[in-house]
Formats: sequence, C-alpha cells, structure tokens
Amino acid sequence: MNWHAIKAIYIFEMARTWRTLAQSIISPVLSTSLYFVVFGAAIGSRIEEVEGVSYGAFIVPGLIMLSLLTQAVSNASFGIYFPKFIGTIYELLSAPVSFLEIVIGYVGAAATKAFIIGMIILGTAGFFVDLRIEHPFVMALFLVLTCISFSLLGFIIGIWAKNFEQLQLVPLLVITPMVFLGGSFYSVAMLPPVWQTVTYFNPVLYLISGFRWSFYEVSDVNVWLSLGFIFIFLFACLGVIWWIFKTGYQIRS
Amino acid sequence: MSAIIRVSNVSKIYEGGFTALKDVSLQIREGEILALLGPNGAGKTTLISTICGITLPTSGTIDVGGFDSQKDFRGARSLIGLVPQELTIEPFETVMNTVSFSRGLFGKSHDAAVIEKILRSLSLWDKKDSQIRTLSGGMKRRVLIAKALSHEPRILFLDEPSAGVDVELRKDMWEVVKSLAAEGVTIILTTHYIEEAEEMADRVGVINKGEILLVEEKADLMRKLGQKELQIELQEPVLALPESLASYDLTIEDDGNKLRYAYETTGNRTGITALLADLAAAGMRLKDIETRQSSLEEIFVGLVKEKA
Ligand SMILES: Nc1ncnc2c1ncn2[C@@H]1O[C@H](COP(=O)(O)OP(=O)(O)O)[C@@H](O)[C@H]1O
Ligand SMILES: [Mg+2]
Repeated sequence: MNWHAIKAIYIFEMARTWRTLAQSIISPVLSTSLYFVVFGAAIGSRIEEVEGVSYGAFIVPGLIMLSLLTQAVSNASFGIYFPKFIGTIYELLSAPVSFLEIVIGYVGAAATKAFIIGMIILGTAGFFVDLRIEHPFVMALFLVLTCISFSLLGFIIGIWAKNFEQLQLVPLLVITPMVFLGGSFYSVAMLPPVWQTVTYFNPVLYLISGFRWSFYEVSDVNVWLSLGFIFIFLFACLGVIWWIFKTGYQIRS
Repeated sequence: MSAIIRVSNVSKIYEGGFTALKDVSLQIREGEILALLGPNGAGKTTLISTICGITLPTSGTIDVGGFDSQKDFRGARSLIGLVPQELTIEPFETVMNTVSFSRGLFGKSHDAAVIEKILRSLSLWDKKDSQIRTLSGGMKRRVLIAKALSHEPRILFLDEPSAGVDVELRKDMWEVVKSLAAEGVTIILTTHYIEEAEEMADRVGVINKGEILLVEEKADLMRKLGQKELQIELQEPVLALPESLASYDLTIEDDGNKLRYAYETTGNRTGITALLADLAAAGMRLKDIETRQSSLEEIFVGLVKEKA
C-alpha cells in the first residue's frame, strides 16, 4: 500500500474543503436553519407531535441525512471529476498508486467532510429543539456508514460523468427527491396506503428510519432491516468500484 | 551502457480505431538525453503516455528499470517524472502544496529540504505560497517541472518543454536539465524544434506517423545523413554558368557574387577537387570558400520525405 499517496490525496482533498469553507459549511448550516424555521415553526405549529416526538425534533435526523447524502455525493463526485475535467488526472494515472488507494483517498476525504457537516447540523439543530439521542453509538455507526457508502456512490458518479450537467443532475434529480420522499419530514404512517407502499421501495427510507431510531427509538421499519440495507448498499457500491477497477472504465484508455 | 527503458513492439490503437503507434521498439540508455523528434501528431505524446502508464498499450511490453510497466507498475512508475505537454495544473492550490502533493503521490515521505532545493532551482521559491492561478504561463510550466522532480525520479520525461516558453525559462530549464543529466538522470524530451534536439540531446530518435524511423547518436546522425554545402565567394560576379560547369549541382546567389555547391559527405568522392579545378579553368577567381553542415531540420525533412 502506498500510504503516502493516500495521505497526499486525502490532505489535498481536505484542503479543498478548507478553501471553500463558506460553501462547505455555512451553506448547510444556513439551509438547516431555514428548514427549522419553515418546517419546524410553520408546520410544527400544526403538527405538534409525531409518534410522541415533537415535530421539530422529529425532522432532525432527516435533515442531517439530507445534507449528508447530498454533500457526500457531490464532494466525492466533484473530487474525482475535476481532475478528469482539467486534465490533472494524468498525475494520478502516472503515479505508483493503485485504484484502491485513489478510492480510499478521495472517498475518505469526502466522507470526512460529510461527517463533519453532519455533526455541525446536529449542533445547529440543538439550538432549535431539545435533542435526545438514545443510542449514540448506533447513531455514529449510521452516520459513518452513510458517509462512506454515499461517498462511494459519488465517486462512481464522478468517474461516470462526462460533463458538469451529468455531475449535478444525479444529486439534484435522484438524491434530493429520494430524501424528501423517504420520510425525512413525516412518518410513513401519515401517508395514504398507496403512497406508503411506494415509499417502501425508496432506499433512503431505510436509512432515515434507522437513523431516527437511534435518536428516539421510533422508526418506520425495523432497525436491523435498516442496518442490513445500508450494508447491502455499501457492498453494491464496492462491487461497482471493483468492476471499474477491473475494466479501467472511463479512466485509462 | 545499459538500457533503463525497453519498449518492445508496442502498438497503440485508440478507441476510435486510430493507430497512433505501430510496432514501436526503442531502448533508452541510462543517463542519456534522448530527443524524440517528430511533427505534430507523430505519436510522441502517445509513446510517453504509454510508457508512463497514462494509456495502456494495445500490444507489446515496456520495461522500466527492470519493472514491467503493467505488472510491476509501482516499481516502474516510481522511477519516472513527467512534465506534460499541456499546462494541466490544479489552479486553486499553492505552489508548495501542489509540489508536496506530487511527492506524496509517488510514495515518498515529506522532505522540506528536497522541495526547497527544487523550488529554488526553478526560481519558484518566492512564489511558494502563491495560488497557481495567479502565476503566468511560464511560471506554471516551472511548477509542472517541480512537480515532476518532487520525488527525485531517475527518469524525466519532458513533453514539448519549450512550447510557448520564454527565453529565460528555456535557459533555466536547460540548466536544470543539464545538472540533472550530470547527476545521472535519464532525460527524454520530445520536440518538433530541431535546434532543441540539436542543442540538448546525446541521441535523437525520429518518429513519424507512429513509427520510429531511426535512433542515432546526434553527431553520427548529422554526419551520416548530413549534406554539406560549399559556399564560394567570387572576385567578380557571374551572370550565368559556363558550359564546363553544367554538370555540377551549383546555384548562383547574391547577384552572382556567390556560388553554392551541395555535396554528400557520405560519398567517397565529394567532387570538390574537380569543381575547384574547373572553376579555375573557367577563369573564375575565388575570394573565399566556406563549408556548412546541414541542420537537423534539413536532415529531418529529408527523412520524412523519404519515408512518405
Ligand atoms: N485519446 C485519443 N484518441 C484518439 N486519437 C488520439 C488520442 N490521442 C491522440 N490521438 C491521435 O494520435 C495521434 C498522435 O498524437 P500525439 O501522440 O499527441 O502526437 P504528438 O505528441 O507527436 O503531436 C494524433 O493523430 C492524434 O490525433
Ligand atoms: Mg504531443
């Protein structure tokens, strides 16, 4: 293993985070605060409690997931897409690094950043509502696994993307709707039966449900199902990465 | 001298079906400066990219310092530093960080002294904390060179190093190249400027349409393929050549004040003795004579024409 290379990529990517600090951190904090104002205050005054949890507190796990997923995907995809776009990928390709090391460096940095943002949002949420975390370890586990697996997804998107539209389309058209429709701001039980069935096909539901369980012990689906799901997703991403590695898809001609 | 790079029967067919390298075999000697000379689109960059691992050969093998470029890619690539043709560089990083990044990427631990020495040798030290996007094109190329040298490679590739480069950088660059060569670093540069090959190289390889036409010691190449010219300055100008000189390859220049005679140095007979005798017989008196070696440019144009 070329640990120096992994470290170099990781530091390089994290440096990008610090450089774009405002964009990286202030914007999720701001948007979270806005969500609290709009959803928490406006809607929360009508829906007082969901399954015994105040509405404001109920939406916290979903809000964190919303930022986490979009940040992990967009960071990891941009991280590997940008060198392809400006041509600096030549250096990665001519360096004594394996694809695995490249993945660890980029995905590690994107996941770290997403994790930090998740924690910041959690902190921000603490200003607006009374938070209760019943199972902090489970919460941290969900957080870490989600950061890693969605950074892997982002990396795959970054390798696949041929232009900036494609790069931005996936988070915009796939991730955001899935999070919104995956029970971030409501309990599935609040939906009409047909939509409940549809929602169970949304993978993000399992994430949010399990994550929310670690806070309040309320969930739409069994927490083990949630954990199982995230592992399946993680391995699916690793499988695709392994395939890219084997075939050299879109990296080396 | 032993070969540090062995390219054996390498072909490269790009995805679109274009054949950029045709069965290329080439041995690069340890410690030499080799110039790869060829017109645009000859396949110079493709050959370098294939050796460095940026593209994969369609067939054939490459050995770098005893490591197979694909099976032992770590061993092979850690020996090589590459300065690419295009100014591809991360715009938002600082000079220091991007050079340190390169060193790490090539598996070396951070060494402030080495980086400082490299940056100073390229006059980049006072720019070390500048963001790359604030630098001029010439400075960016210096940074690319610093990145390529950051891990102290034994082999350095310079792809068209003087394209769009100012005189000062060119001078600095050749200083660096010469001192690296003195330390035993093998240097391969591509160019379509012949003076550059002529000035810098120990050996010259000529590549055209994906084929290596020849690889020769620079001096040998020029001697072997060189045409020489004899320039004859006359006391009195001539308007036309007399019949007795019609059989010589002579051209009148400078309003009849000069004659130019082209001859092959490779032939046994240059015809100079006979020419001078016939000039005297025709009553022409000579003021001065001068011989001139043809440049690599002329040799090159000749070679490419010959093959076409
Ligand atoms: N990625 C590519 N796909 C298809 N053709 C390419 C690619 N890169 C280069 N070529 C073609 O291969 C030939 C050699 O290119 P190159 O190696 O860049 O030449 P040089 O560096 O000698 O100017 C050119 O005709 C070029 O158009
Ligand atoms: Mg080129």
